[in-house]
Amino acid sequence: MAEIHVDVRGETCPVPLVEMRKAVKKAQPGDVIAITGDNAASKKEIPMAAEALSLAVLGIEDNDKTWTIKIQR
Amino acid sequence: MADKTTIIVQSGDMDKLYSALIVSNGSLAMGMEVSLYFTFWGLLRLKKGGLNSGPLSKMHFLGLGKKMMLGRMKKNNVASLERLMADFKELGGKIIACEMTMDIMGLTRADLEEKYIDEYGAVGTYIQEARNSAITLFI
Repeated sequence: MAEIHVDVRGETCPVPLVEMRKAVKKAQPGDVIAITGDNAASKKEIPMAAEALSLAVLGIEDNDKTWTIKIQR
Repeated sequence: MADKTTIIVQSGDMDKLYSALIVSNGSLAMGMEVSLYFTFWGLLRLKKGGLNSGPLSKMHFLGLGKKMMLGRMKKNNVASLERLMADFKELGGKIIACEMTMDIMGLTRADLEEKYIDEYGAVGTYIQEARNSAITLFI
């Protein structure tokens, strides 16, 4: 199981969601996708998208100005 | 209702094409299927080199308003229409070009960016796409 890092810092709607989806498509079942960004709306919406895709959200981590969301394929 | 978004892209305005592609890419990212039906002024954006040539729907001011808007969008890191279109295709979005509009505007397939287009059709094709879509929009 690999951990895939997706950096969407500085990106705005809809790019963080789209990059998350692309990474999920390329990942193998069981892989963890860690998305790091700074867009406030995306922090709310990536977990919404994960739920819509029936993927587990493993955690949401807040850093200084960024967040990291881990989801499992 | 299928998990599908179907949009008629009737406007050729730059800002409205942004709306259509952002809703589409959000839908695809959240696991839905998407079909875009390009008709009338919207179809002109599928002409070779036409993606960016639409005016701003308000405050275009002979191109000055559009230029200012693009500047502000760039400053806020908004993705280009090319990027949105490339993402749309990569995530499996489907584009249908209206054949009647092609006739009216005197456009052949060779005039259009054929790499974007999955199907050429008329109203029946759109209805078949839309009848089972949870989200349908006219932009």
